[in-house]
Amino acid sequence: MAAFILRRLAQSVIVMLTVALVAFALFRFVGDPIASMVGQETTLAERAELRTALGLDEPFLVQFGNFVARAVTGDFGISYRLQQPVMELIMSRLPATLELAMVSGILAFAFGVGFGVYTALRRGGWASSTIMTVSLIGVSLPTFLIGVLLIWVFAVELQWLPSFGRGDTVYIGDWWRTGLLTESGRASLILPAITLGLYQMTLIMRLVRAEMLEVLRTDYIKFARARGLSNRAVNFGHALKNTLVPVITITGLQLGSIIAFSIITETVFQWPGVGALFINSVRFVDVPVMAAYLMLIALVFVVINLIVDLLYYAVDPRLRVDRANARH
Amino acid sequence: MFMKTNRAQTRARLMAGIATAAVTLTGVMASAETVRWARVADALTLDPHSQNEGPTHTLNHHIYETLVGRAVDGSLTEGLATDWGISEDDENVWVFQIREGVTFHDGTPMTAEDVVFSLDRARTPPSGMAALHAAVEEVTAVDDSTVHVRMSGPAPLYVQNLTNTFIMSKAWAEENGVETAPNFAAGEEAYSVRNTNGTGPYVMVERDPEVRTVLQAFDGHWADAPEVTEVIYTTISEAATRVAALLSGEVDIVQDVPVQDIARLEQTDGVRVVRGPENRNIFFSYDMSSETLASSDADDNPFAKPEVREAMALAIDRNAIRQVVMRGESQPSAAPLPPFVNGWTEEMDAFGDPDLERAAELMAEAGYPDGFSVQLDCPNDRYLNDESICQALVGMLARIDIRVDLNAQTRSLHFPLIENWETDFYLLGWGVPTFDSQYVFDFLVHTREGSYGSFNGSRYSNPDLDAKIQSLSTMTDLEARDAMIAEIWEEVMEERIFLNVHNQVLAYAMRDNINLDVHPENQPRMTTVTFD
Repeated sequence: MAAFILRRLAQSVIVMLTVALVAFALFRFVGDPIASMVGQETTLAERAELRTALGLDEPFLVQFGNFVARAVTGDFGISYRLQQPVMELIMSRLPATLELAMVSGILAFAFGVGFGVYTALRRGGWASSTIMTVSLIGVSLPTFLIGVLLIWVFAVELQWLPSFGRGDTVYIGDWWRTGLLTESGRASLILPAITLGLYQMTLIMRLVRAEMLEVLRTDYIKFARARGLSNRAVNFGHALKNTLVPVITITGLQLGSIIAFSIITETVFQWPGVGALFINSVRFVDVPVMAAYLMLIALVFVVINLIVDLLYYAVDPRLRVDRANARH
Repeated sequence: MFMKTNRAQTRARLMAGIATAAVTLTGVMASAETVRWARVADALTLDPHSQNEGPTHTLNHHIYETLVGRAVDGSLTEGLATDWGISEDDENVWVFQIREGVTFHDGTPMTAEDVVFSLDRARTPPSGMAALHAAVEEVTAVDDSTVHVRMSGPAPLYVQNLTNTFIMSKAWAEENGVETAPNFAAGEEAYSVRNTNGTGPYVMVERDPEVRTVLQAFDGHWADAPEVTEVIYTTISEAATRVAALLSGEVDIVQDVPVQDIARLEQTDGVRVVRGPENRNIFFSYDMSSETLASSDADDNPFAKPEVREAMALAIDRNAIRQVVMRGESQPSAAPLPPFVNGWTEEMDAFGDPDLERAAELMAEAGYPDGFSVQLDCPNDRYLNDESICQALVGMLARIDIRVDLNAQTRSLHFPLIENWETDFYLLGWGVPTFDSQYVFDFLVHTREGSYGSFNGSRYSNPDLDAKIQSLSTMTDLEARDAMIAEIWEEVMEERIFLNVHNQVLAYAMRDNINLDVHPENQPRMTTVTFD
C-alpha cells in the first residue's frame, strides 16, 4: 500500500512538471504582458527594460527553469496585474471555488444517483420520461447559456436570488472565507451550483441508470429475489452497490473538472474564485498567476486520481484479494 | 504567516471603517445615500502612482486627489491646487498654489512638502506615471502653500499632465515603506496596493479586490459634502450579468453598458441611460514607408501611394459602420481626435459620401487595376465592437478589389505587432489625456525615436514635420502654437496617415432617480451624483 502511494506520488511530480513545461511553451502565444502593464506613454526603451527585468526576454526553457527553481521553495512570484503575491491571491480565491465545486458536486451526485436509480426501476413512467427529457437539456445547452437563463428567470424576473457575487462571507480560521454560514452567501450559491452541476448530474444519472439496468438483469439479482429479499435490499444492497465502481471513478474525475472548469460559471456569476482569477489573468497575460493556477489544477487532478484509486480498494474487494494473492 | 497579517489588517481596516462610518453617519444623517456601482474591471492597485490605467485612476480619484481636475466638458478645474501658472520670472517654472486646510484621511494636514514628495514619487521609475513628468527637472516647496516645478525647458501644457497624478502623504509613505511606486520585478506586495491615505472625498473602508470596495464619505474633506455618502463598488466582468444586476435592482449604476443593450435598457421602466463622447478615436493606419508589404501579393507597397490611400478613404462608409456595427452609438469622423481636444476643427472632421467609381479610378491610376491583397490586424477585446468594425471594412475594401485577410486577436497579441512594426495594416484606438493635439503628434506622427513615435505603426517619417512637432512643446505663445498645430494637422490629413472611423461614445445606465454625467475620460465621480 505504501509502495503504491509512493509510486503514484513520483508519477504525480512528473505529471506536474510536464504540465508546467507545456504551460510555459504556450505562454508565448498568449501575448505580451508588457503591453497591459505600462501606460501608452511608456517609451519602447522602457518597455524593453521592464521585459528584461522580469526575465520575459529569456528563452522559454530558461523561464521554465527559473519558475521551477522558485516554485520548489514555494515562491510563485507576484501578480503582474494585481501586484499581490500569487500564492496569497490563489489561496484567498480557492475557498470560493472549492465551496462551489463541493456543493455542486454533492448536488450532482445525490440527484444523479437518486434520479438514476428511480428511472432504472420505473422505466416508462411519466416521471421517468420527464426526468430523462429534462436531463437532455442539461447536457445539450452550454453552461454559459444555462447560467444566463437562470439569472434571467430567478434574479431579474422573479428576483428570488442574487445574480452575481458570493454574498456576505465570514472567516473560518485565519484564511478560509465561507459563504455557507450566511443567508446571502447560501442564496448566492444556488444558481452557480446548479449551473455548474447540471451537466455532471445528467452524466451520473445516465451512468447509474445504464449500470442499474445492466445489473438488474444479472443472475445474482434473480437469485436474491428468489431468496425472498425485500425489494429495498435487492435494489440498494445488491444492485446499486455493484454499479458504484464506475460511478465513483466518473464522479471523482468530474470533481476535478468541476474545479478546473468552473471558469465559465465563475465568469457568468462573477463568482470570486480561482477560475475567474485565471480568466482575468489570461486577458492580462499575468504569467505568474497563470503558471501557478495550472500547477494547482494539475495537483487537483493528481490528488483526485490518487483518492479514486484508494476508494477502489474500499469498494471492490476483488482488488484487495488480487493483491494479496499476487504476493504469494 | 502572511495570511495572518492580512487577516489582521482586514480586521483593523474594518474597525477603522466602522469608526469612520459612525463619525460620518452622525455628520450627515439627514441624507445618507448609498450608491452601488458596477463596472467591467476593477482597479489594478490602489497605489496612486503605480499604474497609468483607466479603472485604477477612476477608483483612486475617490480616495486621492490631484492638483487639478478634469470636468465633464474637458476643462481643467481646481483640485488641491487653487491657482497655477508659469512663473513670471522664469518661463521654465510652473507655480502651484496649494489649497490650505486640507487633511489626509488619517487626520494629518496636507502641506506643500507632501505635494513635492508625491510629484517626485510619480516621476521616479517604476512609477507608471513617470512618462507624463519626463520634462520635470526639480520640484521644490517655496513655502507652505507654494510649489515650484522646474522643467527642462518651457512646457506650456504641463499642467494638463497632472489630472491623474495623485497627492499622497509623505509621512504615511515613509512610515509604511512605500516611498517609491511598487516594483513589478521586486516580487513583493507594497503596503500601498491595498491601503490608502488620501485627501479625497471618500475613505476606503473595505477592499476585496475584484469583488467589492466600500467607500464612505470623508467628513474632514474640504469641499461640500457629496449627496452620496457611501459607495459600494463592484466588478462584474460579464456583460449580460452586469445588465441583469441593474435590472434586478442589485446595483444602481452600470458604467460599461454593452452597445447591444443600450436600446433595450432605454425602454425599461426605472432605468435611465446617459451617453456622451469618450476621449477615444478609432482608426486604421498602414505601413506607408516600407518597400514591400509582408502580407501583400503586390510587388511594391500600395499604401505608399497617395492614390491608394485616397481610394480607401473613398471606399469606407462611416455612416454604415455607425448604423450597422455600432447601432447608432458612435460619432463618425475623419480626423483622429475627439472634438474637445485642442486643435480639432469641424473641417478636418468632415467627410463625404463613399465614391466607389472615383476610388476604382484611383486604384487603376496607382497601378492596381486588379487590386491587391493585404492582412488587416485587429484587436477583438479592446474597443467597442472592434472586430466587427474590421469585418465591415473588409467588405467595403473588397468593393475596390482590395482583398483583405482579417487577423483579429486579443489585445496582448495585437499591440506588440504595432510596437514591433510587424503589421502592414491595423486598427488602433487613441485617447488624448492631455486634451491637446501635441499628444497625438508625439506618439502617432513623429518619427520613432526616443520617447517619440512609439505607436507610429505607419512608419511615417518626415523630418520637417518632426521639427514642427518638437517645437510645439516649448512654444509659450499659445496663439502661435495653435497656428502651428493647424499647420501640422493640415499635412497629416493631406498625407492620409490615418483612415479614421469614429469617436467612441460612452453609455452609463442607472436607476432613473440618479443623475450622473458621462465623463470624457470614462472616470465618473460619485461626488457629482445627484438624486431626483
